[in-house]
Amino acid sequence: MSIDTDRRRFLAAGGALTLSFAMPAWSAPGELPKSFDKSPWLDAWIRIDADERITVFTGKAELGQGIKTALLQIVADELRIAPSRLTLVTADTARTPDEGMTAGSNSMKDSGTALRHAAGQVRVRLMELAAQRLALPVSSLALKDGAFVALDGRRASFGQLVTGQELHVRATPEPAPPAPGPRTANGKSLPRIDIPAKVTGGRAYVQDLRLPGMVHARVVRPPSQAARLLTVDDAAIVRMPGVLKVVRDGHFLAVIADGEYRAVKAAAALARAARWDTPAALPVHPTVGALVSAQPSEPTTIHDQGARVKDGRHFEATYTRPFQLHASIGPSCAVAQLVDGRYTVWTHSQGVFPLRGALAELLAVKIDAIRCIHVEGSGCYGHNGADDVAADAALLARALPGRPVRVQWMREDEHGWEPFGAAMVAQVAATLGADGRIADWQYDVFTPPHNTRPGKAGNLLAATHLARPFTPPTPTPSPQPEGSGDRNAIPYYRLPNARVTHHFQPKAVVRTSAMRGLGAYCNVFAIESFMDELARAAQADPVAFRLRHLDDPRAVEVVKLAASKFGWDGYQKASRRGRGFAFARYKNLASYCALAVEVEVARETGLVRITRAVSAVDCGEIVNPDGVRNQIEGGIIQSASWTLLEQVRFDASRVLTVDWASYPILRFGQAPEKLDVHLIDRPGQPFLGTGEAAQGPAAAAIANAVVDACGLRMRDLPLDRARMRKA
Amino acid sequence: MSTYRLQVNGKPHAVDTDPDTPLLYVLRNELALNGAKFGCGLGQCGSCTVLLDGQAAMSCMVPVSVVGARQVRTVEGLGDARTPGALQQAFIDEQAAQCGYCIAGMIMQATALLEKTPAPTDAQIRAHMAPNLCRCGTHMRILRAVRRAADALAGGKR
Repeated sequence: MSIDTDRRRFLAAGGALTLSFAMPAWSAPGELPKSFDKSPWLDAWIRIDADERITVFTGKAELGQGIKTALLQIVADELRIAPSRLTLVTADTARTPDEGMTAGSNSMKDSGTALRHAAGQVRVRLMELAAQRLALPVSSLALKDGAFVALDGRRASFGQLVTGQELHVRATPEPAPPAPGPRTANGKSLPRIDIPAKVTGGRAYVQDLRLPGMVHARVVRPPSQAARLLTVDDAAIVRMPGVLKVVRDGHFLAVIADGEYRAVKAAAALARAARWDTPAALPVHPTVGALVSAQPSEPTTIHDQGARVKDGRHFEATYTRPFQLHASIGPSCAVAQLVDGRYTVWTHSQGVFPLRGALAELLAVKIDAIRCIHVEGSGCYGHNGADDVAADAALLARALPGRPVRVQWMREDEHGWEPFGAAMVAQVAATLGADGRIADWQYDVFTPPHNTRPGKAGNLLAATHLARPFTPPTPTPSPQPEGSGDRNAIPYYRLPNARVTHHFQPKAVVRTSAMRGLGAYCNVFAIESFMDELARAAQADPVAFRLRHLDDPRAVEVVKLAASKFGWDGYQKASRRGRGFAFARYKNLASYCALAVEVEVARETGLVRITRAVSAVDCGEIVNPDGVRNQIEGGIIQSASWTLLEQVRFDASRVLTVDWASYPILRFGQAPEKLDVHLIDRPGQPFLGTGEAAQGPAAAAIANAVVDACGLRMRDLPLDRARMRKA
Repeated sequence: MSTYRLQVNGKPHAVDTDPDTPLLYVLRNELALNGAKFGCGLGQCGSCTVLLDGQAAMSCMVPVSVVGARQVRTVEGLGDARTPGALQQAFIDEQAAQCGYCIAGMIMQATALLEKTPAPTDAQIRAHMAPNLCRCGTHMRILRAVRRAADALAGGKR
C-alpha cells in the first residue's frame, strides 16, 4: 500500500489507522544492536538520579543534523515522558558510550536503535522495581510522567526507584514489550533543541568556549604538503605584543599569544619570517580524468553476475568528479589543556574515541590521560579539519602546560589543508537489448582513498610535519556492501549481466578523506546519468525506463511519488528549461531517494539555475519529519553546489583554491526557486538515516535536466559557467 | 593598546585593545558576544555580519579604531532564547538552521533589509541575502524565515 505522510495523517485523524509498534530490526535478530558491543550496561545509556533527573548518553555527536532532538524523542516515548524532562550528553570519552564515528548516515540506525532498546529495558526494569516497592503486580501499574501509579493512588517515581546500581544491568537481546498507549513524540516535527541558542548568540560552538586563562594560537602551515621549513627567524615575532611562545617542531610552526587577533598577526609575521623549500611535487594534468587515470590502481571486482552479452546496441561513457571541499563556513577549531599530565580536548571531531587514540599516539601518553569532549562546530559534512586542529591544539597545550589553548584555523588553512573529497573517474559500458532493457552492464571506478580518518597519529596533519614525523597508515578501501570509493557503484537495478570493478588507488596525490556520501556522489551521478542516456537511446521515458529495471517495491514507490509530485507526466517544457530525474538507494541498503529537477540554462552566460526540485524519500521509520526534510533539502542544495560550481585546483607546487573567491559555493541567487521533499513513513521499519541520501541523485538529476534543456550531456563535474559556455 | 568607547546593542563599552583589531574579535573576545562568527576574515562569507548605524557590515573587515560613535548591533541585541526578536522567532518557527554557524550573520543581514524595506518582495530578499554564505544548504528555510518575519512585522503594524 502506498502511504505518504499526508495520507497517514489523514488516516490517523480518522482513527482508521492501526498503529504498528513492531520493534526496529537490527542486523541479526536475537543479537543486541551493535552499539552495545562496547557499552552493554543500561546505565551507560540512561541514568536516573534521586532528584528525578534523567540523563541520556549517546556516543554520537550533533553536527547540525538534529540528532540530539531525534534521540530524545525516541527515549521519551520509551519512558512515556516529555522530551523536555530529559538531558542529553553527547560524545565524550569520559562519559558516553563509544559509538565510533558520527558518519555514514548511521546515527539513527546505531544510536537511535540502541537508545530505543536501552530505554525500553530501563522502563521494564523500573516497572519491576515499582511492583516490588508497592507490592503490587506489574500489570496493575500505570506509567505517567516519570512515575508508576497504582489504582489506589500510591506512586513510585523513577528517582525513588533508582537508589543505587539498579540500572547497572546488562542489556538483553530481546526488545522490551512496547509501553501501553501511543507514542507521542515519535513522528512529530518537534523543534530542534539546539536552534534557539544558535539564533540568539548563545554559547553553541567550540568556537564560543572561553575558559579561564585561555590563550590563542595559530599554526603557520607550509606552502604545500611537500614543503620543508629551511629557516625561520622568530626574534622579531617573540617580541610582538602579547606573544607568549613560538613553537617549532620540524615543519610544524605555530605561535601562541594572549589575544586572538594578536595570534593572527603574529602568525602572519611568522609566515613572512619563514623560508621554505617548496618542491614542484604535485602532478599536473590537463584534466581530472587524466590525473586520476595516471595513478596506480588495485582493481577488485565487487560484483560479477551473469555473462557478457554482445547482442544489442553498445554504449560507453566516462564521468569524472574533481577534488572537492567540505568547505565548512566556520574554520575548524579546538581547545586543549594539559594539567598534571592529563589532556582535555574540546573538539568538533566526528569521532572523539578514535581521535583520543590518535592523540595518545601523537603525544606518547596513555589513552587514559586524554579526554576528548565533543562540542559542536560549524557543519563538517565528513572528515574536515576538525581532527587536525584538535591535534594542533593538543601539541600547543603540551608546549604551554596549564593554559587552555584555543586554535582556530584561518580560511586559507581550511580550504588548503582539509582532506579533500576524492576525485573519481567512472567508466560505464552497457548493451541495450532489443527489448529495451539493459542486457549487459560494465562499470569501472577509479579513485583514491575516501577514508583516511584518525585512529592513527599519522592521519593527523600536524603529526606528518613534526621533526620525528608519523607516517600515515596505508589506506584500505571499506568492504562492500557499504564500500567507500565504490559506495553505490553497483546499480540498484535488475541487471542480470553486470560486472563492477573498484580500482582503488592507495596513494592519493593530495590528501583525501570522507566527504558526505563518499563515492556514492559520483557513482550515482555516473550511473543515473548513464541510465538517462540509455533511456534516450531506447526512446523510453527516463522514469519508465528506471521502473522497468527496478524490483524493490519501496524503490518503485519513491520513484513514482517523486515523478507524480513533480508532475512528470504532464510536463510542459518551456524554452531554455528542461527536466531531469534520478534515483538511488544510499549504500544500496539505506534510504531511498528519488528526485525530479527542472533547470533553466542560459547558454550565453553558462548559468544553470534550478527552478524546481521535488524529491521523495523513504528512510524507514521517521522520528522527526521536519528533521528529515531539513537534511534532504540541505543535501540537495549542497550537492547542487558541488555539481554546478566546485573544483579544487592546484599547480605543481601548491593548492590554488584557498578562499571563497577561488572556490565559490552556491549563493542565494543560484538556490532553487522551489524545493519540495515528500516523505514516506514506515513505522516499525528500521531507521535508515538521511544525511547522505540526496547527494548522488541531486547531481544526476541536474545533469539530466541540463540535457533536456539544451541538449548538452555534461559528464565532467562541475557544470560550471566556464564549462557550460565552452561546451 | 588604546581604549575605545563603543556603543554595542545600546550599551556603552570601553575596551582596551590594539587599534587594528577587527571589530569581530572585540565583540567575541572582549565583550563575550558569540553571535558574530569568524568565517573567512576576508569579507567573503558574511558570518560576522553586524549592523553599524543600521547598515550591514562584515565585522571581520572593520578595525575597531574606525567604529567611532556608530551604533553596533549584533544578534544578541534582537532578543534572547526566552524572548526572541521577530526574525529570531521566524528562524525558530521555520527551523531555519542546520549547523547554524552562518545564521546569526543571516539574521543581521535580514535585519538591515527589513528595517529599510519592511515589505520586501521575494526577489529583494534573495538579492539582499546574496553576500551571506550557507554551506548546509538551508537557503530555502532562511528565505522563508525572512519572509515570515517581514509578514509578521507588517501584521503587527496594522
